Amino acid sequence: MIVGAAVVIAWIALSLLAPVIAPFHPLEQHIGDRLQAPNETYLLGTDELGRDILSRVLYGGRITIPAGLAVIVINGIFGWLIGAIAGFVGGVWDEVMMRVTELFMAFPTIILAMAITAALGPDIRNAVIALVIVRWTDYARLTRGLIIEAKTAEYVDAARALGAKNPYLLFRTLLPNSVAPVVVFGSLDIGNAILLFAGLSFLGLGPEPSSPEWGRMISIGIHFFDQWWMWLFPGLAIATLVMAFNFIGDGLRDMLDPRTRG
Amino acid sequence: MPLYKYVLRRVLFAVPLVLGITVVAFLIANAIPADPINANLPQSALNNERLVAAFREKWGLDRPLHIQYLTYLGNLLRGDMGVSIRTNNPVLADLRQFLPATVELATASIFVGLLLGVGFGIVSAVWRNSAIDYVVRVFALIGVSFPVFLLALIGLTVLHAELGWVAGPGRLGFLLARPPHVTGLFTVDALLAGQWATFRNAVSHLVLPSLVLGMYVSGIIARITRSSLLEVLYTDYIRTARAKGQLEVFVVLRHGLSNALIPVVTLLGVLYGNLLAGAVLTEAIFAWPGIGRYAYRAATSQDFPAIMGVSMLIAVIYVIANFIVDILYFFLDPRIRYS
Repeated sequence: MIVGAAVVIAWIALSLLAPVIAPFHPLEQHIGDRLQAPNETYLLGTDELGRDILSRVLYGGRITIPAGLAVIVINGIFGWLIGAIAGFVGGVWDEVMMRVTELFMAFPTIILAMAITAALGPDIRNAVIALVIVRWTDYARLTRGLIIEAKTAEYVDAARALGAKNPYLLFRTLLPNSVAPVVVFGSLDIGNAILLFAGLSFLGLGPEPSSPEWGRMISIGIHFFDQWWMWLFPGLAIATLVMAFNFIGDGLRDMLDPRTRG
Repeated sequence: MPLYKYVLRRVLFAVPLVLGITVVAFLIANAIPADPINANLPQSALNNERLVAAFREKWGLDRPLHIQYLTYLGNLLRGDMGVSIRTNNPVLADLRQFLPATVELATASIFVGLLLGVGFGIVSAVWRNSAIDYVVRVFALIGVSFPVFLLALIGLTVLHAELGWVAGPGRLGFLLARPPHVTGLFTVDALLAGQWATFRNAVSHLVLPSLVLGMYVSGIIARITRSSLLEVLYTDYIRTARAKGQLEVFVVLRHGLSNALIPVVTLLGVLYGNLLAGAVLTEAIFAWPGIGRYAYRAATSQDFPAIMGVSMLIAVIYVIANFIVDILYFFLDPRIRYS
């Protein structure tokens, strides 16, 4: 978990400092030096337009990390709201909302996301919107369970006895008591969100082609199969970041669930 | 509860779900900003007023939304999912053509994933906190953390280009004819026709993509198997089995695993659906002519009838897969039978 946190922090720092530490501008072309293997000038080589891979990988974090976080945060808030209302109100509303949630779960995540991004027009914002639309369901189900469990707790009765109205109960009494597991789940889920985002942009449904985005770089690199540095380094960037997030998520889960400690 | 009652109940659950899927597909197809006529008819047809009118008539586009939906549902029930803009074929015909390749890939992947995942999970749980447990856990972490396209590219470079152990992209070598069509799964069809060379070639093409996808599945399965087996191994009945002097192998595999696998089975239904969809990336890299690649091409050319067709197909398969899992449950978990 410490390793994971360290790697994540390192990536965030590298991305923030990219303008300072990157040897070149990510879009700067050196046509004379195209498709260079890693060497002293270009530590990770250059791509088909002679752009420095290292600089592009460093800048890539500035797209992927905020995109992944945005997806998770919006998913969490939206999912929490849906789940909390369903669980709190109960009855027919609960039934309806949960059936709708199941429907969304039955749809294939990436294909639906692909369709939505394609319809809205491929760019970063729309990729994030698409991922939010297809991925809130787990959060809603989780929250609903938590709220149903918490609803009957004594402190809720106490608050109600003091004259608390429903919105107050929901946001001031139940929210703080159901938010922790959702946050943990979110931290476990960031890796998935990043992988999906990278997948979308790998398919050409994310940022524009010249953008120094990791998935995008790989999809271009695939046409230059023998120039392995073109796809390996952005790929490793995704892999290390996702692995680090998963380390943190696993650590959090183990801390909260003693059974998996063994 | 007898089996038939249980099955009936599950079917009753599945029907509204499938209906709902059609509603969502319909709404999404309608919510897109694009004009359905512009989006669905090729440029040449747009100039032809009679064609436009016929299209409008067929899908009831001049009528209110709920009537449009009923028309859509009616067309759907007749097997008419519309015509793909990109291929100009009926979507259903396209799906029929591309589905077998994906089913072959997804099925092979789930076998790879189950074999590796359950195996690793057992080893990891039995020798908990040992070096081997650590190695397995790192492997599982790589499986769920590495983007499939990276694994695919590494696999292609090392196993195909460098070592030449397996075939590269595609389903068959250029020089080989497709086996006679029976199931559409090249490996099965080749076996049925007794074409050994074709069979070997098809398997060789199948190994790498299914390994790549299977690695992801095995990562998930190994983690679940490990934690669920660990939990089971500390229960009283396992202690009883040990106290009776049974061999440890027997205790773990027979008493432990049969109960520890229940959550894995639950997951299989979900995973199979995910695999069909997740094959998009793998199929794109391996030039695998399945529905994933079809969906990808459809999405990038704004071919909505095709995208909705694929989504609906996968959603329905997902429902069916989970239905099968529910039935398996009936046999695995005696508590359902007696409740």
